[in-house]
Amino acid sequence: MNFTLSEEQTLLKDSVAKYIQNEYSYETRQKIIKTDAGYSAENWSTFAELGWLCVPFSEDEGGIGGGPIETMIMMEELGKGLVVEPYLSSVIIGGALLSKAGTAEQKAEWISGIIEGTKKVSFAYNESQARFDLHNVETSAVKSAEGYVVNGSKSVVLHGASADGLIVSVRTSGDSLDADGISLLLIPVNADGVSVKTTRTLDGHRAAEVSFTNVTVAAEALMGTEGKAASVIDAVADEAMLALCAEAVGAMEKLYKDTVAYTKERKQFGVAISIFQALQHRMVDMFTAHEQCKSLLLRAVLSYDAGDVDAAKNIAALKYQIGVSGQQVAHEAVQIHGGMGMTDEMSVGMYLKRINVINTLFGNADYHLQRFIAM
Amino acid sequence: MDIQFTPEDLAFQKDVRAFLADNLTDEIRGGYVGGHVDPGVMIRWQKILNKQGWAAPNWPESYGGTGWSITQKYIFENECAEAGAPAVVPFGLKMVAPVIYSFGSDEQKQRFLPDILDSNVWWCQGYSEPGAGSDLASLQTKAVLDGDHYVVNGQKIWTTYAQHADWIFCLVRTSSEGKHQQGISFLLIDMKTPGVEVRKIDSIDNQHTLNEVFFDNVKVPVENLIGEENKGWTYAKVLLTHERTAIAGVASSKKALHKLKEFAANERVGSGSLADDPLFNAKLAKIEIDLMALEYTELRAIASVSAGAAPGPESSILKIRGTEIQQQVSELAVEAGGHYSHVMNDGEAVGNDVAWTSSAKYLYGRAATIYGGSNEVQKNIIAKMVLGL
Repeated sequence: MNFTLSEEQTLLKDSVAKYIQNEYSYETRQKIIKTDAGYSAENWSTFAELGWLCVPFSEDEGGIGGGPIETMIMMEELGKGLVVEPYLSSVIIGGALLSKAGTAEQKAEWISGIIEGTKKVSFAYNESQARFDLHNVETSAVKSAEGYVVNGSKSVVLHGASADGLIVSVRTSGDSLDADGISLLLIPVNADGVSVKTTRTLDGHRAAEVSFTNVTVAAEALMGTEGKAASVIDAVADEAMLALCAEAVGAMEKLYKDTVAYTKERKQFGVAISIFQALQHRMVDMFTAHEQCKSLLLRAVLSYDAGDVDAAKNIAALKYQIGVSGQQVAHEAVQIHGGMGMTDEMSVGMYLKRINVINTLFGNADYHLQRFIAM
Repeated sequence: MDIQFTPEDLAFQKDVRAFLADNLTDEIRGGYVGGHVDPGVMIRWQKILNKQGWAAPNWPESYGGTGWSITQKYIFENECAEAGAPAVVPFGLKMVAPVIYSFGSDEQKQRFLPDILDSNVWWCQGYSEPGAGSDLASLQTKAVLDGDHYVVNGQKIWTTYAQHADWIFCLVRTSSEGKHQQGISFLLIDMKTPGVEVRKIDSIDNQHTLNEVFFDNVKVPVENLIGEENKGWTYAKVLLTHERTAIAGVASSKKALHKLKEFAANERVGSGSLADDPLFNAKLAKIEIDLMALEYTELRAIASVSAGAAPGPESSILKIRGTEIQQQVSELAVEAGGHYSHVMNDGEAVGNDVAWTSSAKYLYGRAATIYGGSNEVQKNIIAKMVLGL
C-alpha cells in the first residue's frame, strides 16, 4: 500500500499546476468563455505542446500510457483552474471510447488527431427521456446498403459544436431500455442531416442539442461490435466519473483555501472575520469534506487501476459523496464570502456552478446512492 | 501509488486468520456485559495476543512491538474486528505506554512496559477534573514535593474503569507560575496508596464505567514522575495524539455495520425484511460511504507517518469523523431494534442481541464526541493548526 506519486507523476502534477498558476487566471478564463467558441484554440495547442493531450493513450497509440492515476492528477489541477477547454469530453471520454472500441483506421485517424490537437470528438450519449440511464437509447440506426441510416436526437452533448466528430450511441436492435442492441457510430459533425445547436451551460462550458435526420453513415463508422456497446459505454462512464470527481476534488480544495484566505482579509466589527468560531468550525467542515472526498477518490481510482471487483461500487460511492459534499463546500464558500460570493467578479460562484454541473453529469448523488445500495 | 496486497501480505493475512480461528473462542467473542466488553475477557484476550507477540502492533519493536508494515497493521486490525475479537485494554497499551517509552527512564520502562504488554496491570487515565474538561490545562490537582515523594491533593473525574484500575496516570499541577500549561507534571500513582478513593458515577447507559477519583494527601514516590517536572503537558499532547488516532475505530465500526446489515436482512417486517426498507437502506449506505472514506483517510495518515513525515492534515479529522460515524451506527442500530431496543439490558437477554444491546451502546456512545477532547475542541485545533485561523 503506497500513496506516493512517482517522479513522472509529480512532474506532470507540477507542470499543470504551474500552467494554471501562471497562465490561467480567473479573469483570463472569463474572457475565454465570452468568445464564440467558448474555449481558447491557442490554449488547446499549448496543451498539445505540453504533451497533456496524449496522457491517457498507450504508447502504441502515440501516448505515454497514462492510466487512471495520471488522469486524476491532471483533472485535479484542471479543476482548481476551472479550465473550460474540452479536455474531459474530447481526450478522456472521446479518447477512451476510441481506445476501447475504435477500429485500427479510426484510431489512426482520430487518436493521432486528438494527440496533435487537430481533432476533437464528443460523446453524444444523452437523450432527454433517459435521465441518467446510459442504456436508455432511442436514437436509431437502421442497416442500409451503404451502412446505416440514423434518426433521433441527443441532448446536452458536451462541447458538441466544437467537435469534429461525434461518437453516437444508437440502437441497432432491441427495445429502448435494453443493454443489448446498443452500438457506437463515429459520425463527422458536418455530415448531411446532422443539426447542431450550441448552448452555453451555467459553468461557462458549451453543450449542444444534436439531431439526426436520415443521416447516412458508412459501415466503417461502426466502433466495436454491433449491438454490444453497452459494456464499453459503462467502462467509459466509470472513467469519466473518476475524472469528473478528481476535478471536483480540485475545485473543493481551491474553495476551502480561498475561503480561509478571504476571512483573514475581510474585516467586520473591527476584526478579521477569521477569528469568529462560528465561521472557523464551518471552514473546518469544508476542509474535512474535501479530505474525505479525496480519500474516496484515491480509493476508487486505485481500485479501478488494480482491476478490483469493488471498483464499480467505490466509484458509485465516490460520485454520490462528491455530489453531496461538493455542494456543501460550495454553498459554505458562497455564504462565508457574503455579498462578494454573489458576484461574478469572484470565482467562488463559478466553482459552485461547475460543481453542480459535475453532480449531474453521469448521474447525480441520489442516482448513485441507489446504485450503491443495489450493488 | 497502489493498493495491491503483496504475496507476503496475503500470507500474513492467512496467518492472522489461522491464529484467530485457533484462539478466538466463542466465549471470548461473546464476552459482553450489557453492551460493553467484560473487562476480564479483555484481559484474557490481550494475554493470548501477547503470547503470540501481537499485543502491541504500534509500539517500537525494541519495546515489544511487532515491526509490521502499515498494510500488515491494517490487515490485522480488520481481521480481528471482522472475527469479532474484543478490544484490548486501551489505557495501558495505547495511552500510557507511548508516554513511558518516549519520555520515561530506563527503570520506568523496565518496571511498567512488560506488565502493560501482558495486561497484568490495569491502568486508568487521570486527566479531567470537575473544573478542567475541554480546558484541560486549567487542572488544579496539586502535587507538592516533600523530600523523596510528592503529596497529591485534588480530584479527577470521568475516570473510565477506575474501579478495576491498579494504577492511574495523572496530570498534576506542580507549579502555578507562568501559563497554565507550564506547571503541569505527569505522575504515575498506585491506586492502593492510602488517600486514593474511587466513587462511582451512574451514567445514562445504566452501566458502571465512569468514576470520580479523590486524592487526599496521597504520597507518591519521586521515581514515579515521568520525565521532568513541569513538562507534563508536552508528554500529554503526545498521548492525546495517540488517543485520537486510536479512537477513530474504523475497523470496529465496519464490523458493527456488517452486523447491522445482517440483522436487518433477518428482521422480519410484514412479508419481507427490514433490509427492504429504502429509507433504512439509504441511511445505512450513507454511513457506509462515510466509513469507506474514513478508512482511506486513516490509511493516508498511517502511510505518511510511517514514511517518516509528520501526520498530514488528514489525520486531524480522524477523531471527529470516527466518533460521529460510531454514533451514527449506534443510532441506526437503535432504530433497527424497534421495540426491543427499549428493553433494559440488565437482566436476561430479551429478543435479538443487536436490538437488546443497542441502547446501551447508543447511550454510552454519546461520550465518544466528548472524550479525548470534545469534537468542538478538535475543530478549534484544526482551525488553528491546519487552516492557520
